[in-house]
Amino acid sequence: MRFAKILGALGLATAVLAGGLVSTAPTHAKADALERIAKEKVLRVAVPQDFPPFGSVGTDLKPVGYDIDAATLIAKEMGAKVELVPVTSTNRIPYLTTGKVDLVISSLGKNAEREKVIDFSTAYAPFFNGVFGPDDIKAEKVEDLEGKTVGVTRGSVEDIELSKIVSDKVTVRRYEDNNGTISAFLSGQVQLVATGNVVAAAIFERKPPRLPNMKFLIKNSPCFVGLNKNEGPLLEKVNAIIAKAKDDGSLDGISKKWLHAPLPKDL
Amino acid sequence: MAYSFDFSSLLDYTPVLVDGVATTVGLTAVSTVLGVALGIGGAAARTSTVKPLAIVVGAYVELIRNTPFLVQLFFIFFGLPSLGIRLAEWQAAVLAMVINLGAYSTEIIRAGIEATPKGQIEAGASLGMTGPQIFRYVVLGPALGKIWPALTSQIVIVMLGSSVCSQIAAEELSFAANFIQSRNFRPFEAYFLATALYLALAVALRWAFSLIGRRMFAKGVARA
Repeated sequence: MRFAKILGALGLATAVLAGGLVSTAPTHAKADALERIAKEKVLRVAVPQDFPPFGSVGTDLKPVGYDIDAATLIAKEMGAKVELVPVTSTNRIPYLTTGKVDLVISSLGKNAEREKVIDFSTAYAPFFNGVFGPDDIKAEKVEDLEGKTVGVTRGSVEDIELSKIVSDKVTVRRYEDNNGTISAFLSGQVQLVATGNVVAAAIFERKPPRLPNMKFLIKNSPCFVGLNKNEGPLLEKVNAIIAKAKDDGSLDGISKKWLHAPLPKDL
Repeated sequence: MAYSFDFSSLLDYTPVLVDGVATTVGLTAVSTVLGVALGIGGAAARTSTVKPLAIVVGAYVELIRNTPFLVQLFFIFFGLPSLGIRLAEWQAAVLAMVINLGAYSTEIIRAGIEATPKGQIEAGASLGMTGPQIFRYVVLGPALGKIWPALTSQIVIVMLGSSVCSQIAAEELSFAANFIQSRNFRPFEAYFLATALYLALAVALRWAFSLIGRRMFAKGVARA
């Protein structure tokens, strides 16, 4: 009976596939990641490749950026070799939960949905929206903006947040995209800009005559290292390394190198 | 593909829209007056016997008519500050629109001037009129009458082109529509309303110009 043979073969194939899935599935969920790292001396880290200055591909095709430096630092403290796994913002958490990496250091922000799926370390990088401007303009709080012109990208988070807090005496100029906002600031059409610290760092990269120095914070959403659930020892180790790196200034150095700003003290 | 319109979400933004329409009308009014004046001057220069003047104006016309309006606007707003000339967004918008309309209306008015029969100019001269007098009383009136519909269309184009000024944060009608849809996430309604308002403004502008044309050139307005 040919039909029965085909059916049998199909059944066998299904059984093999299912068996394979079952046997590979549970290996990553055990709380032994730190042991494995210590034994194999390899730390696998998901890093961004399309999000400068946190992670981008350099001229020698190697990933470079804040997150790569942070990953290298953590691996070094663990006595392991770092293995960088480039990810996108959509697949960085699946890479972690399916056990392809030990840590996600990929400018990851914390929110309630993500906290259901993975654990977070303490913050390792600043990520915020604020008001930036040259040193000769004094603006320590939102009231200081009165009578001044502030550029912002229309519809962005910082536009919505700034619009909530400024009075009518502040002239807010809204541009189509970040390039318009940056051009308006560089050409002096606006005195200050409200934008992300990453965009401000991108302006610094160009070494313009008018430097966007941090004036005050609008909205803070720092970056955390993502870990799998039930990896207590690894979480403690990562937190200890981050705390040490904050104390000894090595994280501050990474911040100055990539974000052109010192590490905020309250991070 | 059922889309349920919700125009009530635009009500909160009425002041933004009113400001936007007022700015569009204001920009258009100022740049029309200055732009047409520039065009008359340009046409006079281009048709004059002073060759260097005609060449300079010709170069200006070709430069403006062969480059995009957006680039001209960015040149003025983002470029000129490097030379120390910093204009506010409305100043930059008006300047760009005047320069643009000036170039196009130079060509349109020149066509009207060149269509003036030589005999009329000679008749003016034989009455003892000076050159400027001939231009003012004999040439310009009939010339404008002949090209009035074309000039009206060009002014409507400039008014619609003012939508580009939202790119330098001039808060005109397109800026208002962009602003609203970035807040209420209802782009269809916002642009639907903006389209209707632009259409109404354009129809009103044509109507006003045909009225002015009929008053000014009782005998000689060409039919569109």
